[in-house]
Amino acid sequence: MNNVIVFPVIVPLLTGILLIFLKERVGVQRVLSAAGLFLSTGIALFLVRQVPAEGIQTLAAGNWPAPFGIVFVADMFAVLLILTTHLVGLACLFFSFRGIGEGRERHYYYPLFLFLVGGVCGAFLTGDAFNLFVFFEVLLIASYALIALGGTRRQLRESLKYVVVNVVSSTLFLISLGFLYAVTGTLNMADLSVKVADSGQPGVLTALSVLFLVVFAIKAALFPLYFWLPDSYAAPPTPVAALFAGLLTKVGVYAIFRFFTLIFVNDTPFTHTMILIFAAVTMVIGVIGAVGSENVKHILAYNVISAVGLILTGLGFYNDAGVTGAVLYLVHDMIIKACLFLLGGVIVGIAGTEKLAHMGGLIKKHPQLGWLFFTAAMSLAGIPPLSGFVGKVLLLQGGIQASSYWVVGLSLLVSLLILFSVMRIFIYGVWGEERFPAGKKMRGDGALLAPAAFLVVLSVAIGLGAEGVYPYISLAGEQLMDPSLYIESVNVKE
Amino acid sequence: MKTNDLILQTVTKVVLFIILVFAVFILNAGHHSPGGGFVGGLLTTSAFVLLSLAFGMETVQKAVPVNFRHVMALGLSIAFLCGIGATVLQYPFLTHAFGYVHLPLLGETELTTALIFDIGVYLTVTGATMTAILTIGEDR
Repeated sequence: MNNVIVFPVIVPLLTGILLIFLKERVGVQRVLSAAGLFLSTGIALFLVRQVPAEGIQTLAAGNWPAPFGIVFVADMFAVLLILTTHLVGLACLFFSFRGIGEGRERHYYYPLFLFLVGGVCGAFLTGDAFNLFVFFEVLLIASYALIALGGTRRQLRESLKYVVVNVVSSTLFLISLGFLYAVTGTLNMADLSVKVADSGQPGVLTALSVLFLVVFAIKAALFPLYFWLPDSYAAPPTPVAALFAGLLTKVGVYAIFRFFTLIFVNDTPFTHTMILIFAAVTMVIGVIGAVGSENVKHILAYNVISAVGLILTGLGFYNDAGVTGAVLYLVHDMIIKACLFLLGGVIVGIAGTEKLAHMGGLIKKHPQLGWLFFTAAMSLAGIPPLSGFVGKVLLLQGGIQASSYWVVGLSLLVSLLILFSVMRIFIYGVWGEERFPAGKKMRGDGALLAPAAFLVVLSVAIGLGAEGVYPYISLAGEQLMDPSLYIESVNVKE
Repeated sequence: MKTNDLILQTVTKVVLFIILVFAVFILNAGHHSPGGGFVGGLLTTSAFVLLSLAFGMETVQKAVPVNFRHVMALGLSIAFLCGIGATVLQYPFLTHAFGYVHLPLLGETELTTALIFDIGVYLTVTGATMTAILTIGEDR
């Protein structure tokens, strides 16, 4: 029993609830939401220190033992993602203070923001498949409201598509859970893992695993189910888009990792090869979209898709190096995608247009913005001193160990094209002739850039301090590759 | 043209209280028989909806002068604090307790913390559904 592990979920949710009472008092809302997030970031930090020292932490909610009640399980993977979620959340929150506008702030922006963060953390922590569904809904409903909040034409159109796609995938999730419960008779993940292993993986379980892959592929935007993402991530205001890009697809990726390293691990030649193929195609399709687009926000959104593919190749390789690399790359990608969306939003805000062809010469008036974007872009592409590099090296190493040379080759090519796609923003938007309406100045430039700068610093720190971060990451990889650690910690009683 | 709602209004005045009492009964019955916070909340809402059909939205706001968004938030905080209370007493999150208490008038009664949680659910459901109905109803 360890109550501390649910506090990263409870604190944001409770703060969000309190903020509903303070609708009109925007100043108080800002202070309280920041205080709440700082508090739960502290708790997440504490957990990151505790899990390596004391092993996987569990909590049986309501004091009911494992297969009967809901357990919360904090293994290294979940704890790392929770910390990253909070750091990304803090950056987006501070950006919102200047970047979202008072009209939205008055209409429950901060409560929804905190519900989203709490839902994401809950999804990372839960050890129960149905509870995972519930937390998915918590974060999705908050995201529905956030994507539509403000009610511009474009937001309404895109939110409709977003909601429809996600309602379909949630329904499919629920149906799959029904099948899974009918076949195994349990929904506790550790218990599922034991029962699925005992059953010797008959065909129906393989079919179910594919069904779950489809469900999470819609949430994570895996090929061929990525079609909803580019437009719906371009519609909402900058901090919301950054939060989505940093967190939402990653929850889908997390769920795929959890299901295919813990539960469905007995038919890897079929399932994991399939994941590998789809991941590789996703990577390529995403980068083709990024290279082909002329719209800054679409370029960044297609990069989200491409990164999802790259991360999942690590699971496809299914060896220590691959999975460890995927964990590190996932953490890196959450940070850097949020950062790029924030910076992209500022660029679009200054230029007054999303089209690359109408931009140019930003660096003369906004050198900090230009160089921050440059550093973030380099990190995204995986240039050595920055955080993207280490994860990619491990992924490539995993690929070579798994003898999937074609994927290794593809991911190197994709990295090049990712670099090309973001450098196009840099070259067209930041260099060249000044094309902005004369005298247009961005108000509160510093306050908007500071959160993005924080994320860039974080990315540089992960890159330079890879030696210090690596033990945590490799522990996460170890725990993922050895489901028995997870099962023992949950201590399922028959 | 104003329609003559005399029968509807007269019936509403009586039925309203029956529905409200039944809602409270259902809320309390949840532990041992079908019912609970969710249905109780929906029943309460249905009583208010009946009131608004018979007398109009303004009457509902006059009769129940609360901000239903705050009711929703209050319900959520009650349910949440009920769960957190367990952690303060060094039990796992959401652990519930129950006991038998001798109350005046009611006699030997089983009291559980699950009822507090259910009251939270009740208020949340009432608040959320009433907010939805009032927001849609206001824009004409």
